[in-house]
Amino acid sequence: MTVRVRDLEVSLGGRRVLAGVSLEVPAGSWTAVIGPNGAGKSTLLRAVLGLVASRGEISVAGEDSQRLKPRQRAHLVAYAAQSPNLPVGMTVFDYTLLGRSPYIPHLGRESARDRSITEEVLDRLDLTAFAARPLDHLSGGERQRVVLARALAQQTPVLLLDEPTSALDIGHQQQVMELVDRLRLSDELTVVTTIHDLTLAGQYADALVLISGGRVAAAGTPEEVLTGPTVEKHFDARVHVTTGPGGRPLLSLERP
Amino acid sequence: MTTAFRAPRRLPRAKRTGQPHARLRALPLAVAVALLAATLLAGVLVGAAGLPAGGVLKALADKIPFVHVDSGLGVIDQSVLFELRVPRALMAALVGGMLAMAGAGYQGVFRNPLADPYLLGAAAGAGVGATLVIVLVPGDPGYGVPLAAFAGALCGVCLAYVLGRTAEGDGAATLVLAGVAVSSFLAAAQTFIQQLKAEELQRIFSWILGGVGSADWDQLALVAPYALISTVVLLTHGRLLDVLSVGDEEAASLGLAAPRVRLTVLVAASLATASAVAVSGLIGFVGIVVPHVVRRLAGGSYRVVLPLSLLGGAAFLEVADLVARTATSPGELPLGVVTAFVGGPFFVVVLRASRRQVGT
Repeated sequence: MTVRVRDLEVSLGGRRVLAGVSLEVPAGSWTAVIGPNGAGKSTLLRAVLGLVASRGEISVAGEDSQRLKPRQRAHLVAYAAQSPNLPVGMTVFDYTLLGRSPYIPHLGRESARDRSITEEVLDRLDLTAFAARPLDHLSGGERQRVVLARALAQQTPVLLLDEPTSALDIGHQQQVMELVDRLRLSDELTVVTTIHDLTLAGQYADALVLISGGRVAAAGTPEEVLTGPTVEKHFDARVHVTTGPGGRPLLSLERP
Repeated sequence: MTTAFRAPRRLPRAKRTGQPHARLRALPLAVAVALLAATLLAGVLVGAAGLPAGGVLKALADKIPFVHVDSGLGVIDQSVLFELRVPRALMAALVGGMLAMAGAGYQGVFRNPLADPYLLGAAAGAGVGATLVIVLVPGDPGYGVPLAAFAGALCGVCLAYVLGRTAEGDGAATLVLAGVAVSSFLAAAQTFIQQLKAEELQRIFSWILGGVGSADWDQLALVAPYALISTVVLLTHGRLLDVLSVGDEEAASLGLAAPRVRLTVLVAASLATASAVAVSGLIGFVGIVVPHVVRRLAGGSYRVVLPLSLLGGAAFLEVADLVARTATSPGELPLGVVTAFVGGPFFVVVLRASRRQVGT
């Protein structure tokens, strides 16, 4: 289930945010979009979701994403926002059930199947015990898992995650990334994440796309993209790159 | 294409049945219906004319098809009951139900529990309409004020919507700002018009302060169709408002056309508000307090809040009207004053009680 973007151009409020962006995410792979703050990473995800007007080609599973109706698109792509709105008082179960929206008739109600799929997802993410708990009574790590649960309940082949680990401590970052990887492998999901932590990106993603100044500055395997000079050029950061397990790069900051 | 999701290895059977999810449960619904029935009955039984309760009940039973009971009420008593009390009780229920349900709808659209059915200029628009008729039409035939108030309320909301759409920026926030602008403009216009004819101030103010004392079957027939339409539309949009509660972008990623849902709910809620305002003037408090109480007691899903607000709002205003016409009998208090007077302390009690319960 490929995601293909060609010559994407997005302007927001008259300012060009992305220009000439092309990338291809093979089915079942994990691509991490990295880049400095304000580079346009989130905008790229939002363009794929059809949330912002864009020029160029975006295809998801061979379908022209810009031509799809929101409901059709929601059958193909699920999205977890960087800072999701968690309605106060809504329970974990009801929130996860929202992921079934694309399958529920406009003025209809959810079926028993929708409910059982929601229960399955909660069970897989070890959230069954939390089902009746309001969202505002959850810790950051639990919250991130619930947001993931909603996206999974959508049963889409493609998962777009905007900074899934940004609010989490190092242990929970690892847990969420492991969880996403496990789900990707078992369900053959295609995963695209934006992510700030370059080492984390390098450890988990099959491919990295470095966006800088609204353009693709580098793309390829983590070893190809995460080199000292590239990081210094685009992030203005001094790092020391070593090779970790599996040949994947490990970055550590160096004081200038 | 959607088969990529594999079933988990094992399913805990015991947990499969009873996951609590947002839907209207039988008990709260039954309680709300019983509450409304009891308050309606009280509204019909109590009044200045001092009709015998037994006679009233028999006369009501006599109206049930195929039931014939001799009520023992005289012609005048009969007419007091069926031309004054019954329509008034029904009107209080209708107005309360509409305002509370519209308030809940507005709160869902704006994702803000403090949104009010008058937020987008319905009140000020209705005020202009009613004042215009009172000032300009000397021998008002009786339906002039409701019609003008109804049209004024809808015009106010339309104006705010058009203004909000033409401005750039975040949809909901711009719309609220436009509503504020339109409201203050129309309120100024209303004040200007009423100054033109100071001798009508008494009538204008008594309209503004609200009441259902003049309710009759004609007025009921005038607004009932609109009330019915908006009720059907709003009650079918509960789930969609729940989806909208995650915000426009995330709702769109869930396949929801957020602007369309918002517009539909806004139109229906404004229609409900306009039908209430048209026949009752400006009655505050109901639209915010009732949905809030419902939320505290029965949960925040709009599938629960909308229907229970409809029933609860009807019962609440029924009680308020009962107080309005008995507290200073034989005089009457303005209904808007009573709702604030009764509702304010009640609101505080509910807030305190639920805070203890949550333990925060």
